[in-house]
Amino acid sequence: MNAPSASSKLDRSDARRHRSDARRQYWCDTFTLWRRNKLMVVGTFIILVLLVVAAAAPLLATQGPFDQISKDRLIPPSAQYWFGTDSLGRDIYSRVVYGSRVTLLIALLVAAISTPLGMAIGVLSGYFGGAVDEFLMRTSDVFLAFPKLILAVAFAAALGPGVENAIIAISVANWPSYARLARAETLTVKNNEYIQAMRVLGASNLRIMIGHITPMCLSSIIVRMSLDMGAIILTAAGLGFLGLGAQPPTPEWGLMVSDGRDFLVDQWWVSTLPGIAILIVVVGFNLLGDGIRDILDPHQRQN
Amino acid sequence: MLQYLSRRLVTLTITLLGIMVMTFFISLIVPLDPLASIAGPQAPQETVERLRKLYGFDQPVYVQFGKYVSRLAKGDLGESFQTGRPVLEDILAYFPATIELATVALIISILVGIPLGILSAVYRNSIIDHFARVFSLIGVSMPVFWTGLVLLLIFYFKLSWFPEPGRLDIMLIEPDEVTGFLLVDAIIAWDWEVFFDALWHMVLPGFVLGMWGMAGIARIVRSSMLDVLSQEYIKTARIKGLAEYKVLTRHALRNALVPAVTVIGLTYGGLLEGSVLTETIFSWPGLGRYLARAFLTLDLNAVVGGTMLVAFTFCFVNLIVDLIYAFLNPKITYGE
Amino acid sequence: MAAEQLLSVKDLRVNFHTLRGVVHALQGVSFHINRQETLGLVGETGCGKSVTARAVLRLVVAPGEIAGGEVHFEGRNLLGLTEVEMRTLRGSQISMIMQEPKMSLNPVIRVGRQVGETLRIHDPSMSKKIAAQQAVDMLAQLGIPDPKRVARRYPHELSGGMAQRIMIAMMLVTRPKLLIADEPTSALDVTIQAQILELMNRLIQEIQTSVLMITHDLGVMAESCDRVAVMYAGQIVEIGPVRDVLKDPRHPYTQGLLKTLPDKAHPDEPLYSIKGAVPTLLSAHKACGFAPRCAHRFKPCDEAPPPMHALGNGRRAACYLLGDYAGVPG
Repeated sequence: MNAPSASSKLDRSDARRHRSDARRQYWCDTFTLWRRNKLMVVGTFIILVLLVVAAAAPLLATQGPFDQISKDRLIPPSAQYWFGTDSLGRDIYSRVVYGSRVTLLIALLVAAISTPLGMAIGVLSGYFGGAVDEFLMRTSDVFLAFPKLILAVAFAAALGPGVENAIIAISVANWPSYARLARAETLTVKNNEYIQAMRVLGASNLRIMIGHITPMCLSSIIVRMSLDMGAIILTAAGLGFLGLGAQPPTPEWGLMVSDGRDFLVDQWWVSTLPGIAILIVVVGFNLLGDGIRDILDPHQRQN
Repeated sequence: MLQYLSRRLVTLTITLLGIMVMTFFISLIVPLDPLASIAGPQAPQETVERLRKLYGFDQPVYVQFGKYVSRLAKGDLGESFQTGRPVLEDILAYFPATIELATVALIISILVGIPLGILSAVYRNSIIDHFARVFSLIGVSMPVFWTGLVLLLIFYFKLSWFPEPGRLDIMLIEPDEVTGFLLVDAIIAWDWEVFFDALWHMVLPGFVLGMWGMAGIARIVRSSMLDVLSQEYIKTARIKGLAEYKVLTRHALRNALVPAVTVIGLTYGGLLEGSVLTETIFSWPGLGRYLARAFLTLDLNAVVGGTMLVAFTFCFVNLIVDLIYAFLNPKITYGE
Repeated sequence: MAAEQLLSVKDLRVNFHTLRGVVHALQGVSFHINRQETLGLVGETGCGKSVTARAVLRLVVAPGEIAGGEVHFEGRNLLGLTEVEMRTLRGSQISMIMQEPKMSLNPVIRVGRQVGETLRIHDPSMSKKIAAQQAVDMLAQLGIPDPKRVARRYPHELSGGMAQRIMIAMMLVTRPKLLIADEPTSALDVTIQAQILELMNRLIQEIQTSVLMITHDLGVMAESCDRVAVMYAGQIVEIGPVRDVLKDPRHPYTQGLLKTLPDKAHPDEPLYSIKGAVPTLLSAHKACGFAPRCAHRFKPCDEAPPPMHALGNGRRAACYLLGDYAGVPG
């Protein structure tokens, strides 16, 4: 197990060996945590399926998403139309498959816009403090004073219908949480001796912020983002349902649920099945997010 | 404590001002001309111009904002393009229904969520825990509009266990409006038939609306309990020889529920959000449905007024929650 | 002294199931404590001292489990009792004070009530008023000024030293027969440490409690203990009266420990440290646990774990150096 060193000095090769041992142990533990956390495996699987379906949509769909076959309107799920058809004679299964692209697009773009934006504002705010901090934080407070969905819907309504506007609207509602988080982390890290040393060495503020502070915020931001993805998708679907996001004939899942409302009683499949797709994807992201948090959050690791 | 309260009130005032600015800003960024869509595509230019003058859209921005603030001070939120009535009148008429539903939903969330979370933590990794965690996970992941439709389909259309969407059976007459809360007004009028009918109508939408809250509360209570149960003072209580259930109720819960209070505040925000979707599905005559319609038809004054009221409510609820939290947490009350 | 054994631990084994395997935290620990005596339990972090304490109180929880052995308290085997029976003992006959006093107190309950709680748990008929009064009396005994006011405070309002006095009050108010003190002064400022120790010793004399004093501080041990047991890697390697063990340590580990103390006579000499590292306890010892670091290691050390050799006057040590006879057990 632990052989005593021959000399009392720790030589370089020992140090290197200890470091690579530690690193290997870290990844081993991470993998064990991942494997033991069966739910996270399920979550990862679901998201992978989503990615595959979105990428291979043309191959997996049985019809085009916009193809209307008037004689086959409102047909229940059958061998030909796996999820049935809607009021315009479109195959719901194919629309669900193509809808994965819309969902993924919205989720990824919102994350790609709001997370870096929020993080940048938060780091700036925390790093410079003073008037800049006050101004930025009061601004984000105002955004946070609204329930997220309401704000997103209000902006979506004002900007007009459409997927692009929906993305902007949701991003607007989303960035403040990241700003707060990044600011809190920055404040913790700002007076680290490590950062002081960088300053003494003459590194510019920009360099310190981008190169050193931001990486230190990353793990909690990533955890937050992965936990948020589900909420983003639900918001997007809500917008679609209200008629403010994707517009017909785009096969967006929320919109599809809304389409089926008038036929709920007798043609349940039009509304129900796209909703199940939303549920599964959000569950997947939530499981994945929980798992990522378990791995990255040092407190959890110690259990 | 008083210090804390006064500090929070100052922050609140600033936030309220910010909300007003924000809602005004929203009305500004509309790219399409809302008047054109109301007047209709056939309307001649003069009609649109006249409407524009009437609603003051021809003035520069700062003048508009100034007018906006001064009107707000007088309590004038403009008129709804759709209904023609003053927005203030509209939203005050619809507001109680939303609050009533949201409160019922909150009560349901708390009554289900907290015990679930406690059981989950105490019997960690047991069947109850697994069930509760799956339930929470799904509850938090369900799109509320879909849940509403599915439950409506099953429990009303197919099983008839619950009544039609709406607040009250159409054959029943509403009691005289005192508070706007049907349940309260029914008790005041001693009309028990209306009371129970209204309650029965509230169950399904309340449950749908509260679903997300239930799941969220169960999760936080679970994690908070687990956290507390691993603390040193719980060990101390056991060392003293205290019976396990007393350790839980007397020591663990008192500490575990404190963080849960903040989540309850957040949950109320989620309820306000959810009401936009839920009320639409259950034809609930509340602020949520009013807003949903206003958003869709770009009824600007209604959008601005309604959003502002929702934001105000949210702030107010958060303030109350913060105060309750401060009260429960001696570290804040007795200052560190 | 015709001392009666209050606590007698025989061959106690405790395991912990972790991600990396089973950790054998205690591997056959045996010792006893007489009435009105203080036994010190000394060793490095991780050697199993705290686990021993928890095992005596039967508060070892998953992923840990008591895997074997006996713990006799006043003649009864604690490991055979039901949980309900155990609970009547905890807090009234056997108590424990721990290292971090501020974390060991419930942050949302006033400290006076927490002290009184111990009394009311074991005497449910006691009224709140009487319990509160006795709590205040106890605080006064612990030298707390203005005890009535302090009793109404919350833990976060107290200093570390004050909080530890509350803990001591809470655990001694029922006058238990055995007090386990797990590093009671380690988290306190050096200046307060002496005060608290003195207070504890005084009270212990008054109440005539036996104490299991767990510490890694040899100074504390020297001051407060009658006998001492030295632990290493889940086992007791040497045990005996304090003065004897300090003056004339027989086990190489004890010798090494004592050498690490700075020598006032030669202040310029470099500090000594025992070479090597503590073994992980992922497997039960198949040989002497200390052998890899021992300067006197020879053949029998690597073949089987050494038994305890009796050295007279109640002293025992587990080392093959102590004679080439088979070794008298116990």
